[in-house]
Amino acid sequence: MKRKYYVILYIVFAVVFIQSCSKFEPIAPAEDEILDGPIEGLNFGQSRQFLAGDVAFNDEIFTSQTGLGSVFVATSCGSCHAGDGKGTPFTTLTRFGQIDSTGNQFLHLGGPQLQNRALPGYTPEQIPAGAKFSKFTPPANTGLGFIELVSDGDILAMADPTDANGDGISGVPNYEYLPAFVQPFFNATPRNGKYIHRFGKKASAYNLLHQTVNAYNQDIGITSTFNPKDVFSGNNIDPEVSDLTVHNVVFYLQTLKAPIQRNQNDAEVLQGKKLFSQIKCASCHMPQLTTGISPIAALSNRTFFPYTDLLLHDMGSALDDGYTEGSAKTFEWRTPPLWGLGLSPNSQGGQYFLMHDGRAKSIEEAIQLHGGEALQSKNNFTQLSQADKNALLKFLKSL
Amino acid sequence: MKKSIPILLLSFCFYTNVKAQIDPALLKTQPKDSVKNALNMDAVYNRPFIGIGKSPVSLGGYVEVNWQHLGTDGVSDGHQFQFRRLTLFVASTISKRIKFLSEIEFEPAEKEIGIEFAAVDIEFHPLLNLRGGMIMNPIGAFNQNHDGPKWEFTDRPISATQMLPATWSNVGFGLFGKQFNKQWMFGYELYVSSGFDNSIIDNSENKTFLPAAKANTERFEEMASGTPLLTGKIAVRHNKAGELGLSYMGGIYNKWQDDGIVIDDKRRLDVFAIDFNTTIPKANTFITAEWAWVKVNTPSTYTEQYGNKQQGGFIDVVQPIIKRNIFGWKDAVINIALRAEYVDWNVGKFKTTGTNKGEDIWSIMPAISFRPTSQIVFRLNYRYQQQKDILANPPAKTGGFNFGISTYF
Ligand code: HEC
Ligand code: HEC
Repeated sequence: MKRKYYVILYIVFAVVFIQSCSKFEPIAPAEDEILDGPIEGLNFGQSRQFLAGDVAFNDEIFTSQTGLGSVFVATSCGSCHAGDGKGTPFTTLTRFGQIDSTGNQFLHLGGPQLQNRALPGYTPEQIPAGAKFSKFTPPANTGLGFIELVSDGDILAMADPTDANGDGISGVPNYEYLPAFVQPFFNATPRNGKYIHRFGKKASAYNLLHQTVNAYNQDIGITSTFNPKDVFSGNNIDPEVSDLTVHNVVFYLQTLKAPIQRNQNDAEVLQGKKLFSQIKCASCHMPQLTTGISPIAALSNRTFFPYTDLLLHDMGSALDDGYTEGSAKTFEWRTPPLWGLGLSPNSQGGQYFLMHDGRAKSIEEAIQLHGGEALQSKNNFTQLSQADKNALLKFLKSL
Repeated sequence: MKKSIPILLLSFCFYTNVKAQIDPALLKTQPKDSVKNALNMDAVYNRPFIGIGKSPVSLGGYVEVNWQHLGTDGVSDGHQFQFRRLTLFVASTISKRIKFLSEIEFEPAEKEIGIEFAAVDIEFHPLLNLRGGMIMNPIGAFNQNHDGPKWEFTDRPISATQMLPATWSNVGFGLFGKQFNKQWMFGYELYVSSGFDNSIIDNSENKTFLPAAKANTERFEEMASGTPLLTGKIAVRHNKAGELGLSYMGGIYNKWQDDGIVIDDKRRLDVFAIDFNTTIPKANTFITAEWAWVKVNTPSTYTEQYGNKQQGGFIDVVQPIIKRNIFGWKDAVINIALRAEYVDWNVGKFKTTGTNKGEDIWSIMPAISFRPTSQIVFRLNYRYQQQKDILANPPAKTGGFNFGISTYF
C-alpha cells in the first residue's frame, strides 16, 4: 500500500525534526551586540541570584495590586532600562526643587521627583510654580558592579578641583551624607561626615543599594524596609518589595557584564581612539579604571574600560537646567561612562537620545553640546578633519 | 472534506423543519465532522456527542497534548511536553425545545477547572431563542469555535488568546436565532453579561490586555462596573461563498463607584471583529480569518505603557493534499496549512517623540496535519515569530517546532 509511505514519511519527518530542532531556532545575537547577561566567572549560586535579580528587574511589573503608585513614573525597572540599555523620552523622568547645596526646598510639594503619572482615578503631580527642574533620561545599567568597586582613593586621584595641571579641566566628587540604610565601604574617604557618591547623572547615589531603593521608591512608588515612605501620601507604609528582592536586584546590577567593544582592532577605530586622548576627551572620559577587592571573585581586582572619571564637571550654561543634587552645582554633571555607547539605539527605539535629558540625537550633536570645562575639547573636535572626525565617531560607536 | 452524515442531518433539520431546530436526536448522533458547514455560532452543538442509552444526556469532549521545542534569540526552552487541556461536554434535552449544554475545561498547567459554557437554550421560534447561564461572548469566530480538533495548529491564534480573551465566558442572558433561505443562512446573537474590570489596563503583562480579566473570578458574582457588557454578532453564510461575521462587544469596564460613592470616571471598552471563512470549491482549500479592533478608554494621566487602541488577527489556509484510505481509515486526510498572524497591542504614537509605539508581534506558521478521521488530528507546526517591545527596539525572534494531537472523544 503506497499510502502507508505517506504516513511513514510524516513520522520520519517528525522524528528528524525532533532530532535537529534547535537548528531551526533563531540564533543568538553576538555577545558583543547585547548589553544584558552576567559577567564571566560566577559560580552556580551566584548565577541563581543573578537570575532572581534579572526576573525582579525585568519581569516584575507592578500593578495597583502589588503597590504601584498611586502616583508613579513607570511600572518596572525594565520598562525604563529596556535590555539594560539607555532610555528614551518616554521613560525620561523629571526632578525638581533643588538649586544649591542647601538641599531640596520643595520636598513638601512632592520633590525631588515628579510623579508624572497616576493610576486611574488619581491625579499625577505637577511641577510646583517656581521650582527649577531637570529631565533625566535613563542610562545603561551595565558594568555597574565594576564602577561600584572603584576606590575613593582612585576617584580622588582623578579629581583636580583647583585645576593644578592647568588643562582647564577640574572635576570634583559629589560629597553627601549617607542615608541610614547605606553602609559606607571599608575604604571610604569621608569628609566632614559626607561621602563620595558616584551613581546617577549628578553622582548623587552612593552605591547600587542606594540607587535601587530610591528607584523602587521614586520611579515606581514601591516602598521597602529601607525606604518605607510612600511618595503619594508621604506616610510610612508597609514594604511593597521584600529585602531579599532588593538584594537580588542589587546583585543583578553588580554582576551585569560590562559592554564589550566591537571592531577594536580596526585601523580607523584605533585612529579614533588615539584622537580621543589627543583632543582631551579622555581627560574626563577616563578609558581605564580598576576595581578593589570584592566578595564576588569575578569582580575583584579587575581592570575595566568605562570611559568615565565618576567626577562632576562644569559643562557650561547650555547644559545648566538650574536644578541640582547633593553638593553638585546646577551646571555640573557627572561624566557618563561611554561603554556601550554604540549599542544605545538598540534600546532607544533605533535612535540616539544622548546627554542627561536625551536632547542630543546623535553622537556628534552630543559632542557639540559640551561646554564649560569641555569647551576646549569640543573645539578640538570641531577643528578635526572630516576623516579624523569619522575615525573618532567610529571609535565611539565601537564602544 | 466530505460532509459527514450528521452534518447533513443537522443542516437538513435546519433547512426543512424549523420547529425541530433543537432536536434531541442530534445530541445522540455519532461522530460529527468538523467540517465548517454550519455557522460558527452552531459550534457549541456541532460536536460529536455520545448518547447514553435512552437517557437524554449525552457526553463528549476533547483533549489536546503536544510537544514543543521553541527558542528565542538563541536561548532554547528545550523539549517541552504540554498537556494543554481536557474539555468535557455534557448536553441534555430537558424538554422539547429546551436543552442544556455545558463545557468544562481542565487546564492542569493553569491549575484551573473552568466552566466555559453552561447554558440553557429555550426555543420559541428559530429566530427567537433565549439563552441564559455561563455564555461565551461571541466576539470574533474563534471564541465560539475553538475546539482543538478543529484546527491544524497546536497553538491558538495570538490575536484570539493574547488580544481578545479566548474562551471568555461570562454569566449572562441573551437571544439568538437563525434563518435559512435556499443557499443562504443568517444568524444573530445578542447578549448582556458580566464583563471586564480594571485589570485590563493594570496587569503584569505591562500592556492593555483584555485576557487579564479572565483571572477575575469575582465577575461570576459581582461585576466591577455594575453595568452590563453587551455582545452582539451577526453572521451570514452563503453555501458557496462562505460565512461572514461581524461582531461587537462593549461596555463600561472599570469600577467607578463603590458603596454608592463615585471613585472614578466611567470608562468604556469597545471591540469590533470581523471574521470570514470559506472553502474554495474543487481545490477544497479552507480559509478562515479574523481581525479585531480594540478601543479602551484610559486616562491621559496614566502611562502610555497601556495603550488605548489595539488590532490584530490571523488567517489560516488549509489545503487537503491527500484524501484516501490510509491504514484502513477510509477518509484519512493529509493537509498542509499556513497561519499568518499579527497583533499590535499599542496602536499609535508616543506623545513625547511622535514615533510609533511598538508592542507588536507577527508570526508565520506552516503546518502539516494528518487526520485519520475528521475528529482527530496529528499536527506538526513550525513557528517563526518576531516581537517588538513598546519602544520598537530590535525584535525578539522566536522559532521552533510543535507537534500535537487533539481529538474528540
Ligand atoms: C522611570 C524610569 C526608571 C525606572 C522605572 C527605573 N529607572 Fe533606573 N534610572 C532612571 C534614570 C532616569 C536614571 C538616572 C537617574 C539619575 O541620574 O539620578 C536611572 C539610573 C539608574 C541607575 C544608575 C546608573 C548609573 O550609571 O549611575 C541604576 C543602577 C538604576 N537606575 C537601577 C534601577 C532599578 C534597580 C530600577 C527598578 C527598581 C530602576 N532603575 C527603575 C530611570 C528609571
Ligand atoms: C570636562 C569633561 C568632559 C570632556 C573633556 C568631554 N566630556 Fe563628554 N561628557 C561629559 C559630561 C559631564 C557629559 C554628560 C553631560 C550631560 O549629561 O548633559 C558628557 C557626555 C558625553 C556624551 C554623551 C553620553 C551619553 O551617554 O549621553 C558623549 C558621546 C561624549 N560626552 C563624548 C565626548 C567626546 C567625544 C569628548 C571629546 C571631544 C568629550 N566627551 C569630552 C564630560 C566631558
